[in-house]
Amino acid sequence: MSILDAKIPSGPLADKWASHKNSVRLVNPANRSRLDIILVGTGLAGAAAASSLGEMGYNVKAFCFQDSPRRAHSVAAQGGINAAKNYRNDGDSVFRLFHDVIKGGDYRAREANVHRAAEVSNQTIDQLVASGVPFARDYSGYLDNRSFGGVQVSRTFYAKGQTGQQCLLGAYSGLIRQVAAGKVTMYPRRDMLEVVVIDGKARGIITRNLVTGEVERHSGHAVVLATGGYGTIYYLSTLAVGSNGSAAWAAHRKGAVFGNPSFVQIHPTSMPQLNDYQAKLTLMSESLRNDGRIWVPKEKEDKRHPNSIPEDERDYYLERRYPAFGNLVPRDVASRAAKERCDAGYGVGDTGLSVYLDFGGAIEKQGKKAIENKYGNLFEMYRKITGINPYEEPMRIYPAGHYTMGGLWVDYNLMTTVPGLFAIGESNFSDHGANRLGAGSLMQCAGDGYFILPVTIGDYLADDIRTSRIPVDGPEFAAAEQEARDRLGRLMAVDGKQTVTSFHKRLGKIMWDHCGMARSEAGLQEARSLIADLKEEFWSEVKVPGRQDRVNQELEKAWRVVDFFELAQLMCRDALDRKESCGAHFREESQTPEGEAQRIDDEYSYVAAWEHKGAGSDHVLHKEQLEFENVEIKERSYK
Amino acid sequence: MKIKLKIWRQESPDSKGGLVDYELDGVSKEMSFLEMLDYLNTTLIERGEEPVAFEHDCREGICGCCSLFINGRPHGVGAEITTCELRMTAFENGNTIVIEPWRAKAFPVIRDLIVDRSAFEKIMQAGGFISANAGAAPEANSIPIPKELADEAFDAAACLGCGACVAACPNASAMLFVSAKISQLALLPQGEVETKRRARDMIAKMDELGFGACSNIGACEAECPKGIEISHIARLNRAFVASAF
Ligand code: SF4
Ligand code: FES
Repeated sequence: MSILDAKIPSGPLADKWASHKNSVRLVNPANRSRLDIILVGTGLAGAAAASSLGEMGYNVKAFCFQDSPRRAHSVAAQGGINAAKNYRNDGDSVFRLFHDVIKGGDYRAREANVHRAAEVSNQTIDQLVASGVPFARDYSGYLDNRSFGGVQVSRTFYAKGQTGQQCLLGAYSGLIRQVAAGKVTMYPRRDMLEVVVIDGKARGIITRNLVTGEVERHSGHAVVLATGGYGTIYYLSTLAVGSNGSAAWAAHRKGAVFGNPSFVQIHPTSMPQLNDYQAKLTLMSESLRNDGRIWVPKEKEDKRHPNSIPEDERDYYLERRYPAFGNLVPRDVASRAAKERCDAGYGVGDTGLSVYLDFGGAIEKQGKKAIENKYGNLFEMYRKITGINPYEEPMRIYPAGHYTMGGLWVDYNLMTTVPGLFAIGESNFSDHGANRLGAGSLMQCAGDGYFILPVTIGDYLADDIRTSRIPVDGPEFAAAEQEARDRLGRLMAVDGKQTVTSFHKRLGKIMWDHCGMARSEAGLQEARSLIADLKEEFWSEVKVPGRQDRVNQELEKAWRVVDFFELAQLMCRDALDRKESCGAHFREESQTPEGEAQRIDDEYSYVAAWEHKGAGSDHVLHKEQLEFENVEIKERSYK
Repeated sequence: MKIKLKIWRQESPDSKGGLVDYELDGVSKEMSFLEMLDYLNTTLIERGEEPVAFEHDCREGICGCCSLFINGRPHGVGAEITTCELRMTAFENGNTIVIEPWRAKAFPVIRDLIVDRSAFEKIMQAGGFISANAGAAPEANSIPIPKELADEAFDAAACLGCGACVAACPNASAMLFVSAKISQLALLPQGEVETKRRARDMIAKMDELGFGACSNIGACEAECPKGIEISHIARLNRAFVASAF
């Protein structure tokens, strides 16, 4: 029997969640205070979960690597959060939102989960507004909406270009309220190193205190990971420098199967790389594509200033190739189209690796003031970094690694294949298939945290009401702690000459070149051997200075890079195995004559779920076959 | 270009720290300020020395992690920027740059340039929230909010919790930070209900944690990377006075 049981409730799609809620077991309020829940990661998903679970009366122990939950990288989501409120009366509905997400994900997501995400989206907006999130409003005082890539309705709620920050701060305020109430205990400045499994169930974690260096044991009746994505595997990405995949990978090593690891979204509108020292790429919100037009010169290597290239010598290639959606095609399509133009020699800037995003027409039509109202802070950010004023000349943009649709495989209850170990938000694989639509990430994170996990975790914990506090002195804790200590010791002991960052950069380059926007059999094979060599070099050449028993940022980075070597291998393996193109995963061998992605539904309509078989052994592939009963599978056309 | 650096080094919270001199060649104007520090750290590691510890994460001016006191100013020169948004174009060949951590009794140094800002967390826990349980919220559009109020609340909500206002203030007061949160929530009908209690509790906590009093100097506003205005302090004062009755 397969180890994958998605536990999708029976019944019509629209009734599944309601009937599931009615049938799950509940934990009596008096019993909740005797149950401990460990929650790792306090971004939007984690903070929302912490506040909900705390309000319900569970004891939550919440961990983050930053000094405060308010810093989690959910802050950087700019454009917005989707919900099916249909405030615009433009025909939106839960079903349409569901349908757009399934289609946008190129038919590689699980119907039931996506429909549920769409269902709770409306309640999420209610909750965030009640928490004091200052979403944009129009002059009537009602909430404003805008449209976003890949859809034809206006369902995106936003707070200028800082929607993620405002949503996170809203959820964070709920979390700290529970801290004050004594229901949530915050453990900031901690890295999670290991998951502790006792009798087949997740019962705790091992952490490193990033201030004292102490290796600590923490126990709980269940463990929830809300640890975000692993886009920093490319080194340069739109993520925070500290974002990493180590918690998810630790869970994977302990038996949690990893879903679709190669599905990584490359965001089309990032600022291009300026130099070799660069530590990250800054995102320019996709919302800019509402008014900005993307173009390159019609002539190859045209070095003229963009403002002096006349209209008829510009190639608005998205509008040309995709007349129906134009500049609002989904992210994967927009990214590949930019790469195609640059590879063909039409790119602009010193490196030829960027395209123009032009607001000239929009400013002429709507006035500078209107554009400033919508995008003022983004324009300002662009100007600060590049010194170029986008009110006067076009921005330059290029795709960058951004969001990981792949992640820990979870069932309908958001539980991984390790009983008692849950994964929510970006850290799981569940809602976005092979490509995420804009403004879908905040929607999923908040929904998972506020409304879904608090229901489903109760069903699991109902069996545990007679289980007393889990002691941390058992052999499983000792063994997990020892494993962590050994690895920390090994990292310190290499004492080579090269910095951790230099290895991370090299790994990132390999992944960007071979497992980024375009992938091929030969490239992926080459990447696998390059990664193996790099890993070997790392273990003989890396230098981790300083000591273990106090702040040591190099040691933190080294731990993460070690996991990235493994994860990179698995991403390539997954990308090799999937010989079709779908969503963000573009196999050069599988394209239409016009160069569009070619899905192969009868062979690859599954979630690739990889099982870790121990160090040195090959991963084993399990397939969760996807059934589409409520949408008609089509070629995803935006033409 | 070549620059001279004087950087605060401190092993641990209870050890004595001091400024250490470094010379750094090969700095490019294209670097951000933190990339310049990354570059310094690379050279230190390659020389077998310990790198300078500093806090950072998003590197795009939105998370509030970065917190350097540069040539006597929090977040360095430039209006409304965080340390991570500062670029080396602000400096010239041969410049000396002094880099220190935030200085305030309530923000003790953890190591080098990293300080402990958990006092801000404690102030927030004292009342920086609306007591709205998940599941109890009314339909989002049931309470219209005038656009001007929503916009003003947004401006206050943009606070990063970075602590530059405290570092800039000769009294090390946290009033700008506290007033931004109180303003945001007081301006919104959802949060207004709890204003008095919130103001009272947050201010009491701020005093208890060793932040100084506000004497209207205005240095906080001048250095705030998000342009939080000092007028919020007046609103806080009004709410606080009201809470006394
Ligand atoms: S008020 Fe300004 S300076 Fe103070 S914490 Fe907030 S953003 Fe930083
Ligand atoms: S590092 Fe996030 S604001 Fe500077």
